[in-house]
Amino acid sequence: MTDPKQPLALQHVLWLTVSLTMVAAPHAWRLPWWVVALFATLAAWRAYVSYGRLTLPSRWLLLVVVIGATIGVYLHYRTLFGRDAGVALLVVMLGLKLLEMRSLRDAMLLILLGYFLVITNFLYSQTIPTALYMLVCVWIITATMLSLHHARDEPPFQRQLRVSGTLLGQSVPLMLVLFLLFPRVSGPLWGLPQDAFAGVSGLSDTMTPGSVANLILSDAVAFRVKFDGPIPQPKYLYWRGPVMSDFDGVRWSASRFLYGTPEFTTSGTPVTYEVTLEPHNKRWMFALDLPAKTVPRALTSADFQIRSLEPVANRVRYDMASFLSYRYGAAESQTALRRALQLPPGFNPRSVAFARSLREKFGDDRALVREVLAMFRDQNFSYTLSPPPLGQHTVDDFLFGTRSGFCEYYASAFAVLMRAAGIPSRIVTGYLGGEVNQLGNYLIVRQADAHAWTEVWFRDAGWVRVDPTAAVSPLRVESGISAAVPRTDPLPLLVRGDFELLRQLRFTWDLMANTWNQSVLGYTPERQRRLLTSVGIDDATWRLLTMIMLSLAAVIVVVLSAFMLRRLKARVRDPVKIAYLEFCEKLRRKGVPRDPAEGPVDYARRLARARPDLAAAVNAITQLYVRLRYGAETSAAAFREFQQRVRRFAA
Amino acid sequence: MYAALKNHLTNWLFQLRGPQTGVIVLVQRRVFILPTRQGLTFAAVLLMMLTGSINYNLSLGFILTFLLGAMGVNAMLYTFRNMANLRIAGGRARPVFAGDTAHFIVHIDNSGRTHRYAIGLTHDRKESVFVDVPPRTTVATAVGILARRRGILRPGRLTLFTRFPLGLFYAWSYLELDMRCVVYPRPASQGLPLPPATTSAGAGAERGQGQEDFSGLRQYHLGDSPRHIAWKAAARDQGLLTKQFTGPADTELWLDWSALPPRMGVEERLSQLARWVLDAHAAQLSFGLRLPGETLEMAMGHAQRDRCLEALALYDSDS
Repeated sequence: MTDPKQPLALQHVLWLTVSLTMVAAPHAWRLPWWVVALFATLAAWRAYVSYGRLTLPSRWLLLVVVIGATIGVYLHYRTLFGRDAGVALLVVMLGLKLLEMRSLRDAMLLILLGYFLVITNFLYSQTIPTALYMLVCVWIITATMLSLHHARDEPPFQRQLRVSGTLLGQSVPLMLVLFLLFPRVSGPLWGLPQDAFAGVSGLSDTMTPGSVANLILSDAVAFRVKFDGPIPQPKYLYWRGPVMSDFDGVRWSASRFLYGTPEFTTSGTPVTYEVTLEPHNKRWMFALDLPAKTVPRALTSADFQIRSLEPVANRVRYDMASFLSYRYGAAESQTALRRALQLPPGFNPRSVAFARSLREKFGDDRALVREVLAMFRDQNFSYTLSPPPLGQHTVDDFLFGTRSGFCEYYASAFAVLMRAAGIPSRIVTGYLGGEVNQLGNYLIVRQADAHAWTEVWFRDAGWVRVDPTAAVSPLRVESGISAAVPRTDPLPLLVRGDFELLRQLRFTWDLMANTWNQSVLGYTPERQRRLLTSVGIDDATWRLLTMIMLSLAAVIVVVLSAFMLRRLKARVRDPVKIAYLEFCEKLRRKGVPRDPAEGPVDYARRLARARPDLAAAVNAITQLYVRLRYGAETSAAAFREFQQRVRRFAA
Repeated sequence: MYAALKNHLTNWLFQLRGPQTGVIVLVQRRVFILPTRQGLTFAAVLLMMLTGSINYNLSLGFILTFLLGAMGVNAMLYTFRNMANLRIAGGRARPVFAGDTAHFIVHIDNSGRTHRYAIGLTHDRKESVFVDVPPRTTVATAVGILARRRGILRPGRLTLFTRFPLGLFYAWSYLELDMRCVVYPRPASQGLPLPPATTSAGAGAERGQGQEDFSGLRQYHLGDSPRHIAWKAAARDQGLLTKQFTGPADTELWLDWSALPPRMGVEERLSQLARWVLDAHAAQLSFGLRLPGETLEMAMGHAQRDRCLEALALYDSDS
């Protein structure tokens, strides 16, 4: 199989089909079902055609399928460009090209497209399992490519796998050099398609009953935190996210961005840590109350929301510091306070009336807050992930009806009561707690840790955090979500953590994933700079970087070629023969080379005629050689004499 | 001027110095390597993947692209290694008739310890034969060249090449082996009948060689038909003896250039003579050949046939 136009053998077609199907398989969950069915049909058809030695379908039929599939993709995605539609088209075209594959040249094209299809998988997932799976795919594709270029007697496929494994393995050093030193540019070269980062979950900028509870069902990691010192106690681990002041009766929404920094007083030393935030396609960035540091390319607002300038589409890492004991907002502006008191008219009349009655009973704001929290704690309120549905007056229905709900129900009800009672209040959403991975000593915060709490404003103290959920379910704060919700509620397995072994496995796995994220996926221009600084190269320009990269690559290629070309010549092991060859080489330089087919004795005879002056020495050496190599002579003395004679011969 | 310069440059670059006797060792200077069309496509795909990785900031995309790129570089070394240090020696080529394909045997010796796969040999870059050469073995392969004209056929510049392992690179070496193949004239298809045999004068004619009656044994000569060897005598350890026959054809058949019709051209005559040689041999006759300036004495058997055909092949040729 070496002629570009030669038809393909059955095993090549089968391996090609298998490897392409393997690469396309992870896309199956993301593609419309008919694309999957079409590809499967085409692949099966191709295998069948090869197996039965039938003829391939005519190009006209394939053209019709191409047009039909293109229209189908357009109708499904409403575009032919972008990530999803592009992948769908590529998969369809691969299937069709399979059916049109006749010669080695077509097969090679398919293999190259197969490599390209591998990279499209990374647009959706770059986890360790994906990487490993794709590595296997690349391995098989390469083995197929290898087997295509064998002559007629082709070794079994296992051998091709072994050779292609060696080939790939030997490429790793060069790959590492290129990966580490290739000058990285940050940011996209051109505008990314709209759908580039669709389908990531995270906190939204609005809150309705049930919106946080939906997040709880996801065990996806929101961010990971590595503290410089010990990890603070659970009760401090309120990760501040969107702050919501505007309420329309059902939905809380994040306030417009308020510039400026409120006055605040802090005490103690701040805790410092590094946050690695997973992409969530929103602008929020998270920090513990009270953030004491700004994040590059992000703004901090007057209510301590940190917002990135662009939606977080890639994993970002930032250093942060927080004061755990603080006071802020005592001199809050009147506008902000008025907004924190607004209630839409006509909603939740019973709650408003109830709040007014409380106000009459308690003159002191703090006493009123305590009373409401006591109500949550002492009456039959329950904390559950699957609360009964609420009607139009959500807070009324919750407070006086169902009395069971999740954190956002409590936060919302509490804030409404406060506002109705004339105490400025607002909702803060974010995450609470997190899970400590002892193996790596860092904190994993998952979407399941999403939380909503409130802040109320006291004239003498400013904004104070009040978490009504803590009153209902203190466990939620102390021990996390899995301890707080009833066992019958659906929770992701990873969040539950019932079995010790499973926990350990989970931590190990997360440590691996984190290391992977930090060092492989998070290898950014900054990391590259840091790496170079650590080896003593400060501010490397891309030119210097390229030069270093190329020279290292050259070194690797030279070493590799020396390694690969070392076993090409016949090696002579017999010292007697080595010495004799040295002797022949000397004669060659004198202009009397030995013929390839000439025996030592014949050679000596010819030499005696051609160069009578050398005859004596040549004869002595030849006789010794014949005795040593072919005769019974084995003594070391004879060998030494032979060697010496050869050495002296040059004269 | 330009053509001469180009020729000179090519000769220098590819080290073309005319046919070489003995073994050609494919040292580094003799093996050339360039990417194939697939190799260029591969590079283009890698470039696309690199741009995509930069644009979408795909770390794994970078890894894959660089891994494949490094593999490409590696494949170049593999392709080169597949050719390097092979030892090539020209073998012999059996004579053929003009119009047939001459097969030049080429011995490829792999004295190293690595397996060489899919080594191709071609003379016109259209048709190639492929062989695998296992470690420490010599493999014979043959390149077939159409022999158009009678005379001596030289294979000219052969190309030994490989695309193994991935087809991304094409490594080749030019071989100018000192090989020759004798091309006999194509026998005339419907020739004239054999000329009449002349009976040799005198009593000696009784011992003319024929086919029918056994007349005795003589020492074996090279070229005697194996069918006439006295195998029984050989089995009795008497050495190789050839059985001699006498027949009615105690005749001398002379295939004579000058006996052909005068209107025939040189090549036509040679063709006709070749036909006669074959016919006479097939009829197991004893025959001689007279060409202008050359006469081959009366004899019979394969050796005589080949001698005569060779004389016809080389008649009045420069090589």
